[in-house]
Amino acid sequence: MSSNAIALEGVSAAYGQSRVVHSISLAVAPGDAATILGRNGVGKTTLLRTIVGLHPAASGRIVLDGDDVTEARAFTRARRGVGYVPQGRGVFQHLTVEENLELGLAALRGRPGGGGTVPGHVFEIFPVLDRLRGRKAGLLSGGEAQQLSIGRALVTRPRLLILDEPTEGIQPSVVQQIADALAVIRRELKVAVLLVEQYLAFAWSVGERFYVMRGGRIVMQGETAAQAPESVAHLLNI
Amino acid sequence: MTELGLVASQLFNGISLGSILLLAALGLALSFGLMNVINMAHGELLMMGGYLAYLAYRMPVGPWRLPLALLLAAAGAALFGALLELTVVRRLYGRPLDTLLATWGVSLLMQQGARSLFGPVGVEVTAPDWLAGAIPLRSIGLPGVELPLVRLFIIAVAGVVLAGLALVLTRSRWGRLVRAVQEDRDMAEALGINSRRVDLVIFMIGTGVAGLAGAALALIAPVTPTVGQSYIVYAFLVVIVGGLGSLTGTAAAALAVGLLSAWLQVFTSVSLADVLLLVVVMAFIQVRPRGIVTRLSRALEEA
Ligand SMILES: Nc1ncnc2c1ncn2[C@@H]1O[C@H](COP(=O)(O)OP(=O)(O)O)[C@@H](O)[C@H]1O
Ligand SMILES: [Mg+2]
Repeated sequence: MSSNAIALEGVSAAYGQSRVVHSISLAVAPGDAATILGRNGVGKTTLLRTIVGLHPAASGRIVLDGDDVTEARAFTRARRGVGYVPQGRGVFQHLTVEENLELGLAALRGRPGGGGTVPGHVFEIFPVLDRLRGRKAGLLSGGEAQQLSIGRALVTRPRLLILDEPTEGIQPSVVQQIADALAVIRRELKVAVLLVEQYLAFAWSVGERFYVMRGGRIVMQGETAAQAPESVAHLLNI
Repeated sequence: MTELGLVASQLFNGISLGSILLLAALGLALSFGLMNVINMAHGELLMMGGYLAYLAYRMPVGPWRLPLALLLAAAGAALFGALLELTVVRRLYGRPLDTLLATWGVSLLMQQGARSLFGPVGVEVTAPDWLAGAIPLRSIGLPGVELPLVRLFIIAVAGVVLAGLALVLTRSRWGRLVRAVQEDRDMAEALGINSRRVDLVIFMIGTGVAGLAGAALALIAPVTPTVGQSYIVYAFLVVIVGGLGSLTGTAAAALAVGLLSAWLQVFTSVSLADVLLLVVVMAFIQVRPRGIVTRLSRALEEA
């Protein structure tokens, strides 16, 4: 049980009276990666925001490293190891790349070895961030901003990294860099990865487990090694 | 007084009024810009600062009276602001209308409280001797024009507060947290920033500056239970004209409203000048609905 970095037990979420996420259960162990697939509007982003603590769970439990955090505020979850790369990247446009990265240090408060400076491995994984340190984030290209967003999440020293459609609107060469970076992050940093993706090839190259959502529910799940991406395509295309 | 002298003295009056409006409006602009909260009791925190200055003046502390009065007014108002944030504002988060009504209720309670404690008539604070004089401008060809030291002092206080806030917000680590929360609260939280604590501190700074404004104002006008009401309307105008959450905009707007108000009063009565001022502000927000300075983040949201 507690060997999982994250476990969801029957998590639901709603906007007012309308429930958009229904009783989702899943788990990811440290160093593992799981992908959530599904069309637009099926509740993927809402589910991730609920895990991060930016949206209340209507029912169910969210267990982080064995601790129930269902009621915890988002900033405390970040301090307990939830790193978030939101859809649209969420970089602070009028802060520089370096300032954006340094904001991630806030999550280290109260942790051993916390505070200080942006760790060097962030720049090793994303060398472009080193070159662009002084640039305003609002001036970055989509791929650069995405790398900044992931790099910034790494500054928080996550045990669980949550990414919402990181390949959306990004050129193929950068998509490959991001896939490579995620492999390093899992292997060397032992971070669990929970990815939301619509791009099947990318999803298959990153995660060993997949879940397909439809109408707020998980309607199919399996191992990417055992099934071809085509086997879920009918659930994703119109 | 020559015509030029009249222009010069109204210019000075405008700057003086502008500096008081700036102190009164800064807190409103900060908390609206960050939290989308309109604090209707803001004027009463100014009033509270005035009474705290009055109390400080009755203490036998000799030459330290003035700094002590300013400090007590700012600290007292900031503490009361913290109480207000924790007990009212925070609990009504995301319900702007309820916040408006609740803080309006608090403002009425505070006015009644002041009336019960100090009576309906104003109390006076006399400026210390070293602020009693005035600088005559006769030597530079403006006979009859004098710049009262106490007003110069208030202008200086406003300038120091503005510069200090600008420095903290743009240069310090903590200021960076404030700007991050202002641009994207959710993302800031997801990075481990306790945005509610940032709100609390900003709210305290805003109410503390209002208290300081009240103490400064007490040096030139009697403190009454309703003194907050007479300044808060102008302060709201300043915030609207300045653009929400921008220090530069607030400062420019305070100066503009102060100058315009002083200039209009040359030609008409005070109350007609107020009406004209309102007309000008309404015309202005037709042209620039988002104020003098619109922030990048807001521009992006619109895009
Ligand atoms: N802020 C909101 N208020 C009300 N409904 C929302 C809000 N955000 C999303 N929804 C609705 O919730 C459903 C799930 O949205 P979302 O989680 O963004 O889906 P996905 O990320 O899978 O595209 C959609 O029907 C969407 O219209
Ligand atoms: Mg989405």
